[in-house]
Amino acid sequence: MAELLLEVLSEEIPARMQTRAAEDLKRLVCDGLKGAGLDFDQARAFATPRRLALVVDGIPAMRADVNEERRGPRVGAPDNAVQGFLKGAGLASLDQAEKRDTGKGEFWFAVIRKKGGPTADALPAVIDAALKALPWPKSMKWGSSTMQWVRPLQSIVALFDGKVLSGAIEPGGQMAPVRFSDTTRGHRFLSRGEIKVTDFADYTAKLEAAHVVLDPAARKKIILEGADRLTREAQVALKHDEGLLEEIAGLVEWPVPMLGTIDSAFMDVPPEVLTVSMRVHLRHFVTARADGSLANRFVVVANNVARDGGKTILEGNERVLRARLADAKFFWDLDRKTTLEERLPALKGIVFHAKLGTQADRVERIIALAKEIAPSVPGADAADVEQAARLCKADLVSGMVGEFPELQGIMGRYYALHEKLPAAVAEAIGDHYAPAGPRDRCPSAPVSIAVALADKLDALVSFWRIGEKPTGSRDPYGLRRAALGVIRIVVENRLRLPLARFLKSDELLEFFAERLKVQMREKGVRHDVVDAVLARGAEDDLVRLLARVEAVQGFLGTEAGRNLLIAYGRAANIVRAEEKKDKALAGKISGALSAALLEQSEEKAVAAALGQVSERVGPALQREDYVGAMQAFAGLRAPVDSLFEKVTVNVTDRPELRLNRLKLLNQMRATMDSVADFSKIEG
Amino acid sequence: MSNPSAATAKPQCFQELILTLQDYWAHQGCAILQPYDMEMGAGTFHTATTLRALGPKPWYAAYVQPSRRPKDGRYGENPMRLQHYYQFQAILKPSPPDILERYLGSLDAIGIDTGLHDIRLVEDDWESPTLGAWGLGWEVWCDGMEITQFTYFQQVGGIEVDLVAGEITYGLERLAMYLFDKKSIFDLPFNSPKSDVPLSYRDVFLQNEQEQSAYNFEKADTDMLFRHFADAEKECARMIAAKLPLPAYEQCIKASHTFNLLDARGVISVTERQSYILRVRDLAKACCEAWLVTQKAA
Repeated sequence: MAELLLEVLSEEIPARMQTRAAEDLKRLVCDGLKGAGLDFDQARAFATPRRLALVVDGIPAMRADVNEERRGPRVGAPDNAVQGFLKGAGLASLDQAEKRDTGKGEFWFAVIRKKGGPTADALPAVIDAALKALPWPKSMKWGSSTMQWVRPLQSIVALFDGKVLSGAIEPGGQMAPVRFSDTTRGHRFLSRGEIKVTDFADYTAKLEAAHVVLDPAARKKIILEGADRLTREAQVALKHDEGLLEEIAGLVEWPVPMLGTIDSAFMDVPPEVLTVSMRVHLRHFVTARADGSLANRFVVVANNVARDGGKTILEGNERVLRARLADAKFFWDLDRKTTLEERLPALKGIVFHAKLGTQADRVERIIALAKEIAPSVPGADAADVEQAARLCKADLVSGMVGEFPELQGIMGRYYALHEKLPAAVAEAIGDHYAPAGPRDRCPSAPVSIAVALADKLDALVSFWRIGEKPTGSRDPYGLRRAALGVIRIVVENRLRLPLARFLKSDELLEFFAERLKVQMREKGVRHDVVDAVLARGAEDDLVRLLARVEAVQGFLGTEAGRNLLIAYGRAANIVRAEEKKDKALAGKISGALSAALLEQSEEKAVAAALGQVSERVGPALQREDYVGAMQAFAGLRAPVDSLFEKVTVNVTDRPELRLNRLKLLNQMRATMDSVADFSKIEG
Repeated sequence: MSNPSAATAKPQCFQELILTLQDYWAHQGCAILQPYDMEMGAGTFHTATTLRALGPKPWYAAYVQPSRRPKDGRYGENPMRLQHYYQFQAILKPSPPDILERYLGSLDAIGIDTGLHDIRLVEDDWESPTLGAWGLGWEVWCDGMEITQFTYFQQVGGIEVDLVAGEITYGLERLAMYLFDKKSIFDLPFNSPKSDVPLSYRDVFLQNEQEQSAYNFEKADTDMLFRHFADAEKECARMIAAKLPLPAYEQCIKASHTFNLLDARGVISVTERQSYILRVRDLAKACCEAWLVTQKAA
């Protein structure tokens, strides 16, 4: 058993692509090994900013001979098919092939004997194929190359059982082949010259000595532990930020966390502004004081062990941050000299969309919508709603949002608070873009709810009107997110909002239904239950819809529910089968039962039970008590089971009796379908 | 790779930064060109980059290019923003395998010691909608500050390149502020502080920023500019027809700058903006195609 070590060194790989690329490399090489008939124990992949590495353990040093069978055309097939088969299988004539009966006729089979031999002979092709198939989100040519890689490819370590595999990648053009070797390079600044390696253990040890931590998880650990230690010493707390940690681990091969200080002159600028500057623009971790507020320290992770202990690096970072924050403070001070109301005329100068007018036009629409929505939101003050809607986009023309677009809404809130506008208005301005994603906070204050809904509904309705609908993977205006936002706001706040009135289009309502299904599936709701409830027709009250879904799913979870579903299935199948034979049947069996024709006691029992159930279900549905309605159904189970046991529905000699029995089954189906279309439920 | 600059003194003023970079890239085998004698938004517009990036012929060049972004003018009142500034550009086609090492050598030459600083290559893909060009690369950070844009050109004028050029663009003022520890561009020493007549960036350019900002934002005759745009567009098409890609491309540069002025004057609406960009791109594309014909024939 031996080890395969592979490393592809290149110029700096974008951080966001590294993890995926390492996984892809592993998958492709492992698939290639399996395809070549090679077993292995385990494969591990790693990525740093400059390299993808893979180690596969437990590969046999020799490959056994294998017989590969290939099925050819049917015996007697046209000659060109036969020739193609012979050529593909490397046979001279059909004498070398076998006839076999597959049960579907006689076919030609070729048995190709593949000689085994040293595994090392088979590996270069596996590596070559894997590297050529590796999918980068964006790739490029370099020099005169014709091949593409994420950035210029520099060297490849390919060792099997300690020996260099014979092979190379040809970039094409006038470029020299990149030959498989046993040499790599260490850290760009902290290591000089080439490093010769023999196996994975040697490789990781020598990289470590050359200031490269190969394993991203280990780099993250160094960053986190270092940052924790530094912040603890300074009596502040690191604000954990998994996304940033992931990115930084992809920017450094040798992480060196350092603690910096924010100039106190900037600490009165809103913390969100400081955070954006640090986190987004400089990739600094922010820290918090004991009370949770932003502290004046930050953690920067360098990729270098500097001769002066990092003094220059830290000063540089502080200086860049200072320049950024000076800009921010300038805007913060300047912006507060103008009220949000005074900014409104400037919205006329910003085109929202060529076909949808300016931001001012959009604000007008949001105001109208918010006013219409407000009565459905308990506790939403009409005047507050109107003011918040009018001012919600005003910060788009402030200096700060011009410089830091990600602070839209957040700055509006600060400016509103500064102007001493009602707190509910300020919060609504700050909240109205939310929720920005499935994990983002959902507005819950009444005024915020009304404006946030108006913002999203306007976007949906407006873009729909001009034909800008999301297609496949393209959703440039974030309409899926907007629809999900509406769903979350309505559902989480249990709003009774007739959506159809606002959406104004069946197609858009359908789009909502699709979003709802996706959202509920993610929450673990059975998709067939959702389908069954949605099949009951236009239900635009999401609260009611969800109550139905929950009741049906709950009922199907009980034994009575499961059994009744079986009975329902039988009833529906019988009726459907008969309907197929007689197109006019549906009309004949939709009417009332004839009591006189109920001959057997089981029939009478079902009819009586249906009567009772209907009496209970109707009012329960009226009360929106879906659980109650489902409980009423439970009473059907025993009589229906006996009916199927004792009564023949399709009696051949008495058509009137058969019809009445079909009516009975149809009625049962209709009664249950009043809550959900149970035919959509999968067993 | 030789690095003769390392022995010489580090730059002490703005012009020495330019001289050092020129000297460095000259030693890397680049032709040191002079700025293109027309107004343009960035060094990339120079024929030495846009046109030379296309076609099968190798090309190494480096030059300073005064760059004009009318909208960025602040009447000389913002310490970090100018409507006229300098870019230093090196272009190496085909990109040599050690191009990054060569670039890092240039940092050493201008006094950025990689033993003291934290240099990072952060993903940044470059795209110029007006030139129909794009490439992949990085912005280079020094202790958190962007000091260089590094791009491997993949397409120019909508045409896929034959040989990939590595383009290295230094924003000189910003780099100088960092090297000389100045908070304002205008405080940068332009010539040697030890000169009999020491001149700051303020002495050289403040009045220009004030007057040109007034021109860009208030005074430029927009009717005339619209006319110039239309004329340049027409003349460009005529030169394309005459199979003279270089004169045609100059008209494209002119149209681009005229559009930037109109944009600064605020007379182009958001919707029109896109259509103007597309019109310039069409010119650039036609010029690039015509240029390519001359290169492949030669």
